[in-house]
Amino acid sequence: MDVKKRENTDWLLKQLFKGTGMVTIVLLGGIFMMLIYNSIAFFAEVNPIDFFTGYQWDPGSVDRNYSILPLLASTGLVAAGSMLIAVPLGIFTAAFLSEFAPGKLQAVLKPVIEMLAAIPSVAIGFLGIVLVGPGIAKLFGMQNGLNALNGSVLLAVMALPTIITISEDAINAVPKTYREASLALGANKWATLSQVTLPAALPGLIAAVMLGLGRALGETMTVLMATGNASAMPGGFLDSIRTITATIAIEMGEVPYQTTHYFALFAIAAVLFLITLAINFLGEYFANSLRKFQA
Amino acid sequence: MKKSLFHFLNWTVLLGSTILVCLFLGIILFDIFSKGVSSLSWKFISRPPTQGMTRGGILPAITGTLWLTLITTLFAVPFGIACAVYLNEYAKPSVLTGIIRASIRNLAGIPSIIYGLFGLALFVQALHLGTSVLSAGLTLGLLSLPYIITTTEEALKRIPDSMREATLALGATQFETIKDVVLPTALPGILTGVILTLSRAAGETAPILFTGVAFYINGSATSVNQEFMALPYHLYMLSTQHQSIEQVRPLAYGTAVVLIVLVFVLNIIAFYIRFKQRTQQ
Repeated sequence: MDVKKRENTDWLLKQLFKGTGMVTIVLLGGIFMMLIYNSIAFFAEVNPIDFFTGYQWDPGSVDRNYSILPLLASTGLVAAGSMLIAVPLGIFTAAFLSEFAPGKLQAVLKPVIEMLAAIPSVAIGFLGIVLVGPGIAKLFGMQNGLNALNGSVLLAVMALPTIITISEDAINAVPKTYREASLALGANKWATLSQVTLPAALPGLIAAVMLGLGRALGETMTVLMATGNASAMPGGFLDSIRTITATIAIEMGEVPYQTTHYFALFAIAAVLFLITLAINFLGEYFANSLRKFQA
Repeated sequence: MKKSLFHFLNWTVLLGSTILVCLFLGIILFDIFSKGVSSLSWKFISRPPTQGMTRGGILPAITGTLWLTLITTLFAVPFGIACAVYLNEYAKPSVLTGIIRASIRNLAGIPSIIYGLFGLALFVQALHLGTSVLSAGLTLGLLSLPYIITTTEEALKRIPDSMREATLALGATQFETIKDVVLPTALPGILTGVILTLSRAAGETAPILFTGVAFYINGSATSVNQEFMALPYHLYMLSTQHQSIEQVRPLAYGTAVVLIVLVFVLNIIAFYIRFKQRTQQ
């Protein structure tokens, strides 16, 4: 093949590869536009003030209440609960793995964490129905355990691998000299960990929490199966709740195309999208502030 | 002295946390396998459901998931690898490259149910593909893209520049270098990422809910325009939507075992490839 032809092929393929890169921008833009477009159609029919301040999500009733607040409160409650469990567990496990576990134990523990990450969310949700939920019901003397607490426990299990992996990277990224300086000053290994290593890794630990939180907020099947899906404003962890994701999953299959209700589901999805976007940006901000160590 | 945020740490706390995390995995696997193994039989994985799903097997759900994963692979793998090649081999640091990378990171953070909505709006409605295994496979493909791009780029980064320079010095064009040297060398790493991503896609439920998964299909899917059954949705349906939930519980456990085994087998293959590659180096 002559040189000219080869160079032409080379140029053409370069443009092709570049095109695939551009598609990722188009994809993100497309998802954003789809949510905005349908949300505008929704807000043309429903007052945004009612949407953000009302207390009821009840599109099936005569009044047709479309308020995101109970769904938002449910989403926030179950995600916050999961973080209360997963953040300490995740960070302590990461600290153990990176600072104290001998190589052989690490070789066993890492696959355990990877296996935990691999279990499909629908299987975790199933366990919420057959194991964790009934356990909670027994513990609190309730009829069934399909509530926010159940969802929080399950989401914690799902967020743990993310939090552990990223926290461990953050702890490993703290320069060895920090630890050596602390030990040389006479601090024991616990003081070094708690007063030098972990505080130094803090931005990375926050990034880990943000990514775990993003995962918990966006999870659908687990909360759909395990939290009971009552769309009233939740009062506590023992109430049945219905998250934004579960509402979309339940109602999208039943609504007629391009009705107010249909647009409403895109509007709550848009709110969820913006929240997860903001959390990812925060996580990235903290992750970047950690990167100065490695530079 | 000021007490730090983490002043209470000691062995018990760290070891206890780690043991608890391991215990979670242990409990999950023990419960599902101890109650699900008795449902397994050759009949269970080789026959369709019968008598309103209270008996019979899960064959159409297995073949549906395989179909779905195949379509996801055909769409997302070439696309994802091409994008990673662009980012690692061609792109220079620029505003555009920065935007592409930021898009990919944000795509990875979007909740899967929103991909489901996007698949419904784009493939099912705008492109008139209907609710079908094709629409659902493409939707899962979009969801998988950022992961395939990221893991492939990691694999490409590990190829030393000296290999590229040697090939270019011999007169090869950049594409020839990529095709004949970079990609073949990076193949094990790329494969590991691809298989892990596919195992994740195979277990996803939310993105396929509105794009083509069905409660029950008579016989296996024969065309990409048909609706299909899938293992994760079958488990969801058996455990929450079936009219006699207690009666079908053993079938639900059996489905969970098959789903988890499928995902773990994919993971083990990926780990094996990674392990072999590391020991060779």
